[in-house]
Amino acid sequence: MSLVNYIYLSAILFSIGGAVVLLRRNAIIVFMGVELMLNAANLAFITFARMHGQLDGQVIALFVMVVASAEVVVGLAIIMAIFRSRRSASIDNANLLKA
Amino acid sequence: MTTPLEIGAGETALFWILAPISVIAALGLLFARKSVHAALSMIVVMLIAGVFYIANEAPFVGIIQIVVYSGAVMMLFLFVVMLVGRDASDSLIETIRGQRLATVLVTLGLVALLTVVVGQVTWGGAVGLAATNTETGNVTGLAYLIFGRYVWIFEVSALLLITAAVASMVLAHRTRLAPPPNQRAWAARRFREGKHLAGLPAPGVYARHNAVDTPALLPDGSISELSVSRVLAARSQVASPERFADAQDEIEREIEEGSER
Repeated sequence: MSLVNYIYLSAILFSIGGAVVLLRRNAIIVFMGVELMLNAANLAFITFARMHGQLDGQVIALFVMVVASAEVVVGLAIIMAIFRSRRSASIDNANLLKA
Repeated sequence: MTTPLEIGAGETALFWILAPISVIAALGLLFARKSVHAALSMIVVMLIAGVFYIANEAPFVGIIQIVVYSGAVMMLFLFVVMLVGRDASDSLIETIRGQRLATVLVTLGLVALLTVVVGQVTWGGAVGLAATNTETGNVTGLAYLIFGRYVWIFEVSALLLITAAVASMVLAHRTRLAPPPNQRAWAARRFREGKHLAGLPAPGVYARHNAVDTPALLPDGSISELSVSRVLAARSQVASPERFADAQDEIEREIEEGSER
């Protein structure tokens, strides 16, 4: 087995995450799709670190985790605020800015 | 030049067992009807990703993945699912016509593009991290990088985390427009409206059962809708009081028969 298999897996997971973001209407599941894409990118970073024999990829993966957790906190708070005012977690209902 | 990395049979087996499971779980995120099921399949994907990190000679990042992602972040997701409600399921109506077909095409195109591009890359063989990890140790090596070359990113991410924490508190905060009604205000309102002067009827109390989901019976034997919470009525979790009332009648009848004996 070659290490490139991890990269293929990461590409497949990233594409599935993108499909989740585009297809699902529930804001929480859309958010999980974003998390899936970030995880796929992290897997690629970790594999690159092993390919090149340098720890930099692992450090970048750690920073991606930091950014992802900050994003999750703010995003879920926004979902909660929208749900509180509109009683819905569907992303199609939040069209207040529509012309 | 170091010797190229040999990947053992154990890791090969691990990959070919866990990779299909993680792809299936990721597809579960795409097809699950309920958000709780989607969250559970997301946890599976994250745990397997953590195992892959550890297999890829990144033990520290792998354990952080399991603790932070599948522990804290997914707990947060489940918490929000709980608050937003389990019935917040998806509608299956397409808002933009042809969007679903276009998404499938784009996704397949992305997979094909990435696979072809990755397949055409030539590289000089994997080096592996065994030498680096034994030289300094994985955690120490990461610490040298985080507090050395990437210390500026580290500071900025600290700033980002504080901003995110404050932002979530501001977004989740709700200011009360009016003070909450106390018992005196409720009583004054009841008398002003002239309805339910003694308060709403209490839920039914029977010989063998008293619970808030059992409605009270009115003197004519009909059910009092006002005695159960309308939340329970909306969830259709209201119990029928007939059998408790029947049981009570039976007990009274037996007592009567016993006294005549």
